This record gives sequence, structure tokens and C-alpha cells, in this order.
Amino acid sequence: MIPAATDNLVTLAQISFKRGDRLIFNDINITIPRGKIVGIMGPSGTGKTTLLRLIGAQLKPTAGHIHVNGQNIHQLSTKDLYLARRQMGMLFQSGGLFTGMNTFENVAFPLREHTTLPETMIRDIVLMKLEAVGLRGAVALNPSELSGGMSRRVALARAIVLDPQLIMYDEPFTGLDPIAKGVIVQLIKKLNNALGLTSILVSHDIHETCAIADLLYILADGHIIGSGTPAELLKSEHPSIKQFMQGLPDGMIPFQYPAKDYAKDLLS
Amino acid sequence: MNFLQALGTWALNVCEQLGRASCFLFATLGRRPRFIRTFPLLIQQLYAIGVLSLLIIIVSGLFIGMVVSLQGYNTLEKFSATQQLGQLVALSVTRELGPVITALLFAGRAGSALTAEIALMKATEQLASMEMMGVDPLWRIISPRFWAGVISMPVLAAIFSAVAIYGGYLVGVKWLGLDAGAFWSNMQSTVDFHGDVINGLIKSLIFGFVITWISVYQGYDAVPTAEGIARATTRTVVYGSLAVLSLDFILTAVMLGGW
Ligand SMILES: Nc1ncnc2c1ncn2[C@@H]1O[C@H](COP(=O)(O)OP(=O)(O)OP(=O)(O)O)[C@@H](O)[C@H]1O
Ligand SMILES: [Mg+2]
Repeated sequence: MIPAATDNLVTLAQISFKRGDRLIFNDINITIPRGKIVGIMGPSGTGKTTLLRLIGAQLKPTAGHIHVNGQNIHQLSTKDLYLARRQMGMLFQSGGLFTGMNTFENVAFPLREHTTLPETMIRDIVLMKLEAVGLRGAVALNPSELSGGMSRRVALARAIVLDPQLIMYDEPFTGLDPIAKGVIVQLIKKLNNALGLTSILVSHDIHETCAIADLLYILADGHIIGSGTPAELLKSEHPSIKQFMQGLPDGMIPFQYPAKDYAKDLLS
Repeated sequence: MNFLQALGTWALNVCEQLGRASCFLFATLGRRPRFIRTFPLLIQQLYAIGVLSLLIIIVSGLFIGMVVSLQGYNTLEKFSATQQLGQLVALSVTRELGPVITALLFAGRAGSALTAEIALMKATEQLASMEMMGVDPLWRIISPRFWAGVISMPVLAAIFSAVAIYGGYLVGVKWLGLDAGAFWSNMQSTVDFHGDVINGLIKSLIFGFVITWISVYQGYDAVPTAEGIARATTRTVVYGSLAVLSLDFILTAVMLGGW
């Protein structure tokens, strides 16, 4: 079912984006329905991180426009943009915890910057969010004392501390052991339902993403090659989608970065 | 032809870098301080940049003062003018050695640390996550560091000069046996407050401005990889030192030219 236009928290319309001469996106359209978990999948280097940065207005598209919550995010003044970003949480690939602060201060950071809440209240909120990610016990640790999975969970607590409407996860599963992966998968699902969030989940872990996503987009080579529910895509007979979903090495999606002819390159 | 081409590319690059650095500077200066929020950040940075540089500044100042005194004594002795030692030490330190050596040490100690810290924050996506939280990194990270650098440098230079003069006193009076009264009174009667002390402070203020600007810009503009951070740190020290030495010549020329 295609949701009505007003039900979309984020819409990307005819987005093209260039890095130098390389076209990363060529005229793509994506809609993110409110309250859902939307998975964006695609091979490494197709521009998934770039896509999230476009939505967060850290990059500007070459053509097309992006609406978040009804606002054209690239036409806002700096002040309004910073206001709009409080409604977005983003979990970066490397977590991005501030190295000079401990876990507590990291999670409290957005509250201290944007609110004038009293210290006791800040403490309560931070502990609640840390409890939600299962790390209330790590409240006094420094980022250097956290494992990769733990820092990602702390970063997650920090991303949701202002109760945003939208949260974007950039490859939350990479480099995690199966247990930690499972924990994060459940966490994303739980947060989405409990807090009424809308989640964009960028990943190339097909299994984990399919388990929780309501809607999937597959990006390859600057285009959206498939979209739909996980069940639809898993059944799809379309060769590129099949190749990606089943992890086959050969097929329509090139595994190689664009290059000269291989034989010529070796002989030259 | 190739040479001309290379020269042209180089010149264009330099212009582009200067332009970007200037835009960055204006953007940073444009961030209005919000007092209650900015003040603690500034204090924290004054500690990291200024107070933690104190040790190296004091130790270097002491040795420089002692060396100048020793060398000066040996030379003045040939003209039987050792009475002038106080004046020699004080003038060379307040006018030149204080601001310049402090600036060079500052670039190596505080400037490189600033660049590395900011570049690492960029590489580990800390700056990007701050932006996504709706907090402006120019305001939160860059601006306090910049102002702390600008404020610290003249203070450090003044401390350096004071310690260096004391070092000169130790060698000249305590060790070589000059008369303490002559040492101090000669200094007092020849060092001019405006011409020497204030000019020295102005120099160090300008050096502090330039070095901190270079440091934060190099950090913010660094390529976010291990190699990029190493390069940026090196550039800070090299550009910072060159800028200080060439500016020193220009400023000295202007100041001696009757300003
Ligand atoms: N700062 C940059 N300058 C130039 N090109 C870049 C830059 N950052 C990324 N790219 C290019 O943009 C493309 C998309 O990068 P992006 O980081 O969005 O990929 P990704 O889909 O997130 O990959 P991965 O799954 O490996 O994280 C890459 O092919 C890369 O070469
Ligand atoms: Mg990525």
C-alpha cells in the first residue's frame, strides 16, 4: 500500500548528486512514511551515507529537493536548519562520541545545549535513555573504555535524547558480534515502536534489515533498483534484486568501482 | 612552459587556500558569544592552551635569559661596558626574543595540539554529529579555541619576558658578580614602556592571532584520515613558524620606522 503524501515524514524528489564528475545519484525518488522503519540497502560505495547526509542537509543535492516534515530542508536559514535538526537523530558509522566527555556527558550534551532543564532532570533523562540501550552501568566510562558495540549504543542513546521524530542509522551492524547485532536490531525495533519514531536504517546486512524493516529501498549504481516490503523483494525475480538479496557475486550490479578495461590495464 | 604552468597552479592553490581560510575566519568571528554558555568553554580552553603551555614557556624563558646574559657579558666586557648588561637583556627580550620565541614554542606546543584535536574530531565524525544535533561546531568547538589562543599568547609572551629577565639577572648578578643596583637601574632608565613593552605585546598579540587561526583552520580543513591529520599538524607548525618570522620582520620595520 502506498501511503498518502501527508503521511510521509521525508520525501526525496528527483534527487541527483555529483561528487566532482562522478554522478552518485541520478534522479532518485524516496519516500519515508511516518512511523515506519525504512531500510536503505545497497553495495558498499553506492552512496548510502551520502544519502543520509543529504537528508540532514550536510550536503546539497545537485538537483531535486528534499522535504522533511513538510519543510524544504535545503532552503531553510541556518537558524531554522539547526532547529529542524533537533527533530532528527543520526547515528554515524563510527558513533561519533565526543572523546573529551564520559558517557553521561555525551548523552547529556544535546540537553545541555538546547534546554535549560535543571541538573536533576537532565540526570533522570540521561539515565532513562541509557537504560533503554542497556548501558546505565557504563554511565561513568570514557568513550575509549567502551567497545565498538557499546559506543554505538551510547551514541544511540544520545541520538534519541531529545526525542526526535526521525532517526537515521548509518550501518549500525558493521563490526558487531551476532549477539550485539541482535541486541541492536531489537533496540531499533523497540525504540521505533515505543517512542513513535520514524527510522531510516542504512545497512547491507540483508538478514537483519529484512527482519525489522517495513519498507526497503535497494540502491545500486545511482538508481533505485527495487523497493517494497522485505517479503516482496525476497521473492522478486528481477535479476539485480535477486543478485543483491541473495548475495550472488555475478550479475547486473557491478562489484567493481568504475575502471578502465581490465585486460588493457594489465597489459599497459 | 611546464615551470610556468606549475607556478600558476601553485599560485591559484595559494589564493584558494587563503580565500577559504579567510571565509573560515570570518565565519568564526561572526559567531556571537553567548556569555553564560561561552564563558566556561573559554576557561576550559584557556587552561588547555595557555596554562598547559606555561611550563615549556617558563623553562625556555629562563634559559634564553641566562644565555643572552652570558653572551652579552662576554661581549660587553671587551668594551668595559658590563654595566649595560641589564639594558641589553631587557631590550632584546621584550622587543624580539620574548614575542618570537614564545610564538614559535606556542605553534609547536599548542598549535599542533589544536590542529590534531580538531582534525581527529572531524575524522571520527564528532563534528558531523554535533552538526546533526543542531549545535554549530564553529561556535561550540572552534570559536572558544580561537579566542583562548589569541588571549593566551600575549600573556605567555609577557611571562616569558619576565622570566628571561630574571634569568639574565641570575647569571649577570648572582653568578658573574655585577652590581644589582646598576643592573636594574640601567634597565629602568632605558626600557621605554610604550616603545618596547607595548610594542612587544602588540607583536605577540598578532602572532597569537595568526598562529591560532592557522591551527584551527588546518584542523577543520584537514583530510579526515590518519595521513591527513599528520599532514595538517605538520603544516600548522611550518606555516605558523614561517608566518611568525616573516611578520616579525615586517612589524619590526613598521615599529622602528617611528610608529
Ligand atoms: N568527501 C568525498 N569526496 C569525494 N568523494 C567521496 C567523498 N565521500 C564519499 N565519496 C564517494 O562517494 C561514494 C559514496 O560514498 P558513501 O560513503 O556514501 O558510500 P556508502 O554507500 O556509505 O558506502 P559504505 O557502505 O562503504 O559505507 C563513494 O564511492 C566515494 O568514492
Ligand atoms: Mg557509508
